Amino acid sequence: MASLVARNIVKFIVLMFAVSVVTFVLVGISPIDPVQANVGQSAYASMSEDQRADLARYWGTGTPLFERYINWASAFIQGDMGTSLRFNAPVSEVLVNRSFNTLALMALAWVLSGIFGLAMGIVAGIKQGTLIDRIIKGYCFVLASTPTFWLALIVLMVFAVWLGWFPIGFSAPIGKSAADITIFDLLHHIILPALTLSVVGVANVALHTREKTIDIMESDYIRFAQARGMSRLQAARKHGLRNLALPAISLQFASISEIFGGSVLVEQVFSYPGLGQAAVNAGVGSDVALLVGITLVSAAIVFGGNLIANILYRVIDPRIKRRGDAL
Amino acid sequence: MDTQQHLSSVHTHEEAHHGHTHASVSHHAGGHHLLQVENLCVGFQMYETLPQQSSPAKGIACKEKQTKRFGFFSRTTTRQTMQWVIDHLSLSVHTGEILAVVGASGSGKTLLADAIMGLYDTNTCVEGVIYYDGVKQDASSLTALRGSEIAFVPQSVKSLDPLMKIGKQIGGDPARRAELFERYSLSTDVEGLYPFELSGGMARRVLLCTALMGNPRLIIADEPTPGLDLELAVQAMKDFRTFADEGKGVLLITHDIELALRVADRVAVFKDGTVVEETAVANFAAPHLLNHPFSRALWHALPEHDFSFEGEL
Ligand SMILES: Nc1ncnc2c1ncn2[C@@H]1O[C@H](COP(=O)(O)OP(=O)(O)OP(=O)(O)O)[C@@H](O)[C@H]1O
Ligand SMILES: [Mg+2]
Repeated sequence: MASLVARNIVKFIVLMFAVSVVTFVLVGISPIDPVQANVGQSAYASMSEDQRADLARYWGTGTPLFERYINWASAFIQGDMGTSLRFNAPVSEVLVNRSFNTLALMALAWVLSGIFGLAMGIVAGIKQGTLIDRIIKGYCFVLASTPTFWLALIVLMVFAVWLGWFPIGFSAPIGKSAADITIFDLLHHIILPALTLSVVGVANVALHTREKTIDIMESDYIRFAQARGMSRLQAARKHGLRNLALPAISLQFASISEIFGGSVLVEQVFSYPGLGQAAVNAGVGSDVALLVGITLVSAAIVFGGNLIANILYRVIDPRIKRRGDAL
Repeated sequence: MDTQQHLSSVHTHEEAHHGHTHASVSHHAGGHHLLQVENLCVGFQMYETLPQQSSPAKGIACKEKQTKRFGFFSRTTTRQTMQWVIDHLSLSVHTGEILAVVGASGSGKTLLADAIMGLYDTNTCVEGVIYYDGVKQDASSLTALRGSEIAFVPQSVKSLDPLMKIGKQIGGDPARRAELFERYSLSTDVEGLYPFELSGGMARRVLLCTALMGNPRLIIADEPTPGLDLELAVQAMKDFRTFADEGKGVLLITHDIELALRVADRVAVFKDGTVVEETAVANFAAPHLLNHPFSRALWHALPEHDFSFEGEL
């Protein structure tokens, strides 16, 4: 057990290190000049050389990448994630503000797509080849090949613009002071992006669950259960679901990273102030400190999801449980 | 109900009827066979893009569909054809007997068991008539029989749910389970194990126990002995013998002709998807008692007959 914890801590540190290095390298080779990108063409043109040099120092464009990384890393180890030049605030503060929105959005989308995807996949798999299977499959193929941003735009147009049922964007009413914002305001704003995000996730989860269900329903043990007098449905309930649990857990937790990816686009379309939107801003503006902060947080979330999946596996699967450490 | 009568006065044991001869233990309880399969055909739907000259379906085909597809460059004709694996097969299990079905690997023995239990995939086409206890069966009535009247010993040791403990999986009366475990030298701890913790032979014994748990009248055993020590295999065969002697029947599927001759009362010789000869074990005493060349080839292939065989196996 102790070695297990140690192993995961080491894995986590290596992951964080690799992600931060890759982010720095990517920003380093990015053709965007952060000074011009953040100041604006006309302002930049009317500046004196001194001002430009000041700005270049502020954005760190003169410093070699390696040196910037070392500076950032030594500060990070001491608990300082740096300052977001774009938002003019400590990175940790931006992350805390934004994470709440994104986590709420992702959690809602994840739960919705998980429940609906699982249910649709199981029904389609057990009823393979029937009309209901074909309907579910068709629906999923259409959704799986729909670009997220396009779907988000359509949803926005229909439900926010034409029908006016939901706000057009943001996470809370504009102009309302933070103290006056109610949970209903937040819910009202989160529903459309969360639905869009979950609709995209559903297709994936449902199609994969369907495949697994079909494999299980064709297995020798389901056949034998039927030979012993159970109906197909009884066999599915007694032996199928139990065996589906493990692949379903992997699927659900693997979908976290996909939902995260989708949230970047959805937040952009719905002007939803979350991590995804901040990541786009940081990337476009070469705001390295913020970008690294966001990638680290997202990597940590995905890592956490996988860790939970592995722990659940150990709790559920007797083959791992009885053989000891296998993470 | 479509019942089928068969007067025992019609023939003596030595006489052949329904294309088979009897063993001394074969009985027609109630005036019919326990299980009678007539002209069973099992096939799979296949898609072919080749122009087909002859229909392989021999007149009993499922509907043969032809669909034309237009490709970009050529017009191809896709024809849905049937590939028949079991072709006009007939056999009967009497009360009191063990009937061994002997055939080569891949000849369709497992498929035969599946068809008798009404367990088939959607791409499978099954035709023919099956009587159980004199009553004509269809897919849904067969479904009702399995597990209660008909018990099955599957060929695959993967037939146990990998995530359920053995005891729970066998179910039934714990006292009866303990008795069977004792008989098959399975310790009581096995109840608390998962299938991955069993050896192949142990799994096979567990499968045998599941079949003997309930109170069936027909046991269909698909290759029940591989992986078992001789002693345990003998035990299993003894149990089948006792079971048959109680006025029930066993359909023993095997590729092992020696095993079949040792324990069975009658042998159905399975070749090319059909039973070429269904005869009493006693007739394997000398080749001239056997009718079909393939049965005689089997006889010659037995170790005590110098393994010399004629024709292809
Ligand atoms: N679902 C299916 N679709 C197409 N062909 C099949 C299907 N199931 C079985 N077959 C074919 O039917 C034939 C008979 O298979 P079966 O499993 O009954 O053989 P068997 O006599 O039990 O062999 P063995 O002694 O090795 O167990 C095989 O050639 C197999 O390829
Ligand atoms: Mg077989």
